[in-house]
Amino acid sequence: MTLTTSQALIIMAMVTLGTIISRFLPFILFKHADTENAYIKYLGQVLPLSAIGLLVVYCLKDVSFTSSPRGIPEAISLIIIALLHYSKENTLLSIGVGTLTYMALVQFVFI
Amino acid sequence: MKGTSLEEKKLALKTAFPHTLPVLTGFIFLGIAYGILMDTKGYGIIWVTFMSLITYAGSSQYVAITFLTSAFNPIYALIMTLTVNARHLFYGISLLDKYKNTGKLKPYLIFGLGDETFSIVCSTELPKDVNKAWFYFFVTFLNHMYWVLGSALGGLIGNRITFNTKGLDFVLTALFATIFVGQWKSRKDHIPALVGVVCSIISLLIFGENAFIIPAMISILIVLSIKRVRGNA
Repeated sequence: MTLTTSQALIIMAMVTLGTIISRFLPFILFKHADTENAYIKYLGQVLPLSAIGLLVVYCLKDVSFTSSPRGIPEAISLIIIALLHYSKENTLLSIGVGTLTYMALVQFVFI
Repeated sequence: MKGTSLEEKKLALKTAFPHTLPVLTGFIFLGIAYGILMDTKGYGIIWVTFMSLITYAGSSQYVAITFLTSAFNPIYALIMTLTVNARHLFYGISLLDKYKNTGKLKPYLIFGLGDETFSIVCSTELPKDVNKAWFYFFVTFLNHMYWVLGSALGGLIGNRITFNTKGLDFVLTALFATIFVGQWKSRKDHIPALVGVVCSIISLLIFGENAFIIPAMISILIVLSIKRVRGNA
């Protein structure tokens, strides 16, 4: 450990503070705003859809397409998840099969 | 909120639990990995459990390892955390309405509003007899506890055991992808979902993996606003 105990506690407090700010800010900013306000209502309807899209990309941000295996395990697993979930719509099945496929690919195929 | 009976809470818990199973898998694994990593840096089980309990932000806690093992710089730690967590702003705006009448549970719901909890809360249509506020509470609480439990286990194990779980962390990507497909299927208008993916990919290509989130969020807001103005015109 390079930091003293109190220094480490301060760092943890800062990370906690940053997290709390980012989570509470919208609720504080829009506390008195009318949730019936048309623009906020519109954002509340469309933003969850865009946010999940952002989250999927965020999860894949470290995938390299220039070095082996070039994102192929991710692409195969995501295609399987999409097809399976589109047809059966069983969340645990889609996640289970998708994850096992990915693990099999990175452990046995694209080593 | 006062009139919530034990039966109602039980039903909310029973409804919430299956939704959290993918998170249970992902968090136990990622939590263990985090605990092991912290342990190897000299922060044992007490530190890890404490931090997972009070911070409860997976990606920020991973990033924080850097600040805990380099020169003391609290302001930089705060700024980096705000940058990594900026996406949470979208979650709050998306849930203003759902979390409106959650009473005394609200502060905790907001405190625990991470990626996984958001994705479940925003995508679940509840039957009428399930108490919404308590359902949100149990999703948040269970996910929080999985994360604490996982990291405590990691701190306990340290690097004594190695096991081939390579690729298991994909379970959270799979969760988000599944929710994405579910939302895609249930909505006629696919543009918001496409805007989210395309703006993020373009920002990622331009700004790189460490700086793309905020430009992605800004461009998503701009495009969605343009879409609204055009739609109304």
